Amino acid sequence: MKLEVGHIFINDIQFASESKIENGVLYVDEEAVKAIVLEDEKIKGVKFDIAKPGESVRITPVKDVIEPRVKVEGRGGVFPGVIAKVDTVGSGKTYALKGMAVVTAGKIVGFQEGIIDMSGPGAEYTPFSKLNNLVVVCEPVDGIKQHEYEKAVRLAGFRVAVYLGELARELTPDETKTYETYGIMEGKEKFPNLPRVAYVQMLQSQGLLHDTYVYGVDAKRTLSTIMNPTEVMDGAIVSGNCVSACDKNPTYVHENNPVVHDLFEEHGKTINFVCQILTNENVYLADKMRSSDWTAKMCRLLDLDAVIVSQEGFGNPDTDLIMNCKKIEAEGVKTVIITDEYAGRDGKSQSLADADPAADAVVTGGNANQVIVLPKMDKVIGTEEFVTIIAGGNEHSHREDGTIEVEIQAITGATNETGFGYLSAR
Amino acid sequence: MSKIKVVHYINQFFAQIGGEEKADYPAELRVGEIVGPGQALTQQFGEEAEIVATIVCGDSYFNENLDKAKADILEMVKSQNPDIFIAGPAFNAGRYGVACGTICDAVQEELGIPAVTGMYVENPGADMFKNKVYTVSTKNSAAGMRDAVKKLAPLALKIAKGEKIGASCEEGYMPNGVRVNFFEKERGSKRAVKMLLKKLADKPFETEYPMPSFDRVDPQPAIKDLSKATIALCTSGGIVPKGNPDHIESSNASHYGEYDITGVMDLTEETYETAHGGYDPVYANEDADRVLPVDVMREFEKEGVIGKLHNKFYTTVGNGTAVASAKAFAEEYAQKLIADGVDAVIMTST
Amino acid sequence: MVKAIEAAGLPVVHMCTVTPISMTVGANRIVPTIAIPHPLGNPALEKDEEYALRKGLVEKALKALTTEVDGQTIFDN
Repeated sequence: MKLEVGHIFINDIQFASESKIENGVLYVDEEAVKAIVLEDEKIKGVKFDIAKPGESVRITPVKDVIEPRVKVEGRGGVFPGVIAKVDTVGSGKTYALKGMAVVTAGKIVGFQEGIIDMSGPGAEYTPFSKLNNLVVVCEPVDGIKQHEYEKAVRLAGFRVAVYLGELARELTPDETKTYETYGIMEGKEKFPNLPRVAYVQMLQSQGLLHDTYVYGVDAKRTLSTIMNPTEVMDGAIVSGNCVSACDKNPTYVHENNPVVHDLFEEHGKTINFVCQILTNENVYLADKMRSSDWTAKMCRLLDLDAVIVSQEGFGNPDTDLIMNCKKIEAEGVKTVIITDEYAGRDGKSQSLADADPAADAVVTGGNANQVIVLPKMDKVIGTEEFVTIIAGGNEHSHREDGTIEVEIQAITGATNETGFGYLSAR
Repeated sequence: MSKIKVVHYINQFFAQIGGEEKADYPAELRVGEIVGPGQALTQQFGEEAEIVATIVCGDSYFNENLDKAKADILEMVKSQNPDIFIAGPAFNAGRYGVACGTICDAVQEELGIPAVTGMYVENPGADMFKNKVYTVSTKNSAAGMRDAVKKLAPLALKIAKGEKIGASCEEGYMPNGVRVNFFEKERGSKRAVKMLLKKLADKPFETEYPMPSFDRVDPQPAIKDLSKATIALCTSGGIVPKGNPDHIESSNASHYGEYDITGVMDLTEETYETAHGGYDPVYANEDADRVLPVDVMREFEKEGVIGKLHNKFYTTVGNGTAVASAKAFAEEYAQKLIADGVDAVIMTST
Repeated sequence: MVKAIEAAGLPVVHMCTVTPISMTVGANRIVPTIAIPHPLGNPALEKDEEYALRKGLVEKALKALTTEVDGQTIFDN
């Protein structure tokens, strides 16, 4: 399967009377996007704002971050099974608006929503401080259930992203990248001497604010499965989760999955990137056993030599991670796992909830308990009201001088476990 | 600004007094002298620091007269009141390494003066003291002096100035059980791919997080007569009275909750909820007995299956809570439970 | 936590869903439960069925407390 991804660089976002992209500037008709969000009767009101790199701006509580894309050639559409109809994506041609994102924010749903600072020390910890962000702040109708509210905001973000992506349909990309993987036999013939490598992606699937959707299917209701790695580039996986903000995978991370991209860099040179394997992190032990059995079984069936396993979230999913690692290694397939740590504010505690000697190759996204003081910002998009209760905050998070003291787990993307960021620990 | 004052500790060999035959050389303070490796350190310090005194001690003397040697050397260090104490580097010399670690630890603990040392990773002194004293990793012989001093001197300066100490791999000290964050030059996925290629090629690679080994506790004897036993309920599922009166954090909690359930027969949606941020809270909020089975325990109490349900329960949020704090919470409330005459505990986790 | 309580001198039974974690952290008496968000319940059941389920699980826990163990034991039947 072959996909060309055309990059259209967005250097600035401005509100205007007409939505369009011109000379790297995204002009947004506020009324038009407002109407798109309000299509959902569960959303009472919506405000839009623009946050640019370097500005004294804080966005919180952040729910999702999405990169607008549009499918210009080939089967299906962006976010299949969610926005576009169900159809296999990942081939043909797709355009992506680079350098920007749609960020959904607004009144808190649960404990797990995050903070994006556009400048200052907090900005170093979130990859999204480097983007021009169109922030969608939703106000739910009164008396709405948590599940319904989460869903309404999630879908609103995708609708806005698809609308913005459409603006690029007739444009010429600034650069184009091509990604191609092959069938099992075809790949073996093409690269007879290269080790066969796959990417095992664990999807958060623990219930409210901890869910992930694959072609619209709730990942907790799936068996481990395989995909072409190009499918995620068309939005085959979307986030419905907030876990702790630091180690959830926003939709943006799925679209730009760094393991997929870095394996493609080596594809055909040092490895044969065979496929992507998806598995979940459920709350029942039987599910954990079954899903990890299944993952290991597929690694063997595909005659893999090695895999990279990425986790999402922490705590009981550490067990899924260790089970996957142990069982895959037992099949004679080498593993590298990517996780993050909860080693306490002083860094002295046990980092993971589970452990096994088979996990001898670990990449870490750093210690999520590290404390950081975030300066007062000139402007807050959303509200700071909830920093005391989000994961990583505490009742003393608001300090008298207007600064905020939190653990970096409250910062969106800080310790991402697909290796999206540069943070690590020793 | 005045220079940082350093006291440097070396053995008889590096003081060029002699080898094994002089290892019984007693501790000696040389004020104003820079001896042996002190020269290389001084060069690295530049204008920032100076060695104000060197202490020389034979390795056998130190280890055979431990108490006296330690006391004498502490007096010597104290008399110079340095900003930092440096011992070694000891490379692969076992007794020297143990002496360096021991005296650094004592200087820190008893004089409150920061200390740093250096040695080869297999030096027995490393395992004994690397978690207490910053220990720079050196080569296994004095041929590695230049390299050792290059790491030792800047680390000593940073510690003396009270600057933030980076991760072990940045600063060159041995991992000391404290995880420190830092930004890598490559993103995590790239590092994973590189590690994978090495592992595939059977080349050496370095994990970023070595797996820990867990210790075990022997089981306590079973309860003989349940019908006379007082049983306590504890949970890491964050069950708290509605409104979370003690503000227990949804993740990495800093304290635990102790709540009286005298007369409480059943936990209801109106009275209890969960403060835990790691799982879907809907079910626990609807009926907290799903996490903390007070209702069932009351029935067993009434039926006489158990003697009594303890009138307090203890609750923590397991979500992202450091193992060390969880342990400390449990240690503390276990003492309360014992004092209250509790015989056994049911701990529930989410 | 269970380890700290046991070390203090109290027998303790750990009721949890993810028994592998319990094994790794060193609990000695372990009773497997239903699911992470509702270890001692199942919202899909009727109230009285759910209560019976919970009662059964707590019974198992009490049985574990009255059973001598020699090292880590999962009470799963």
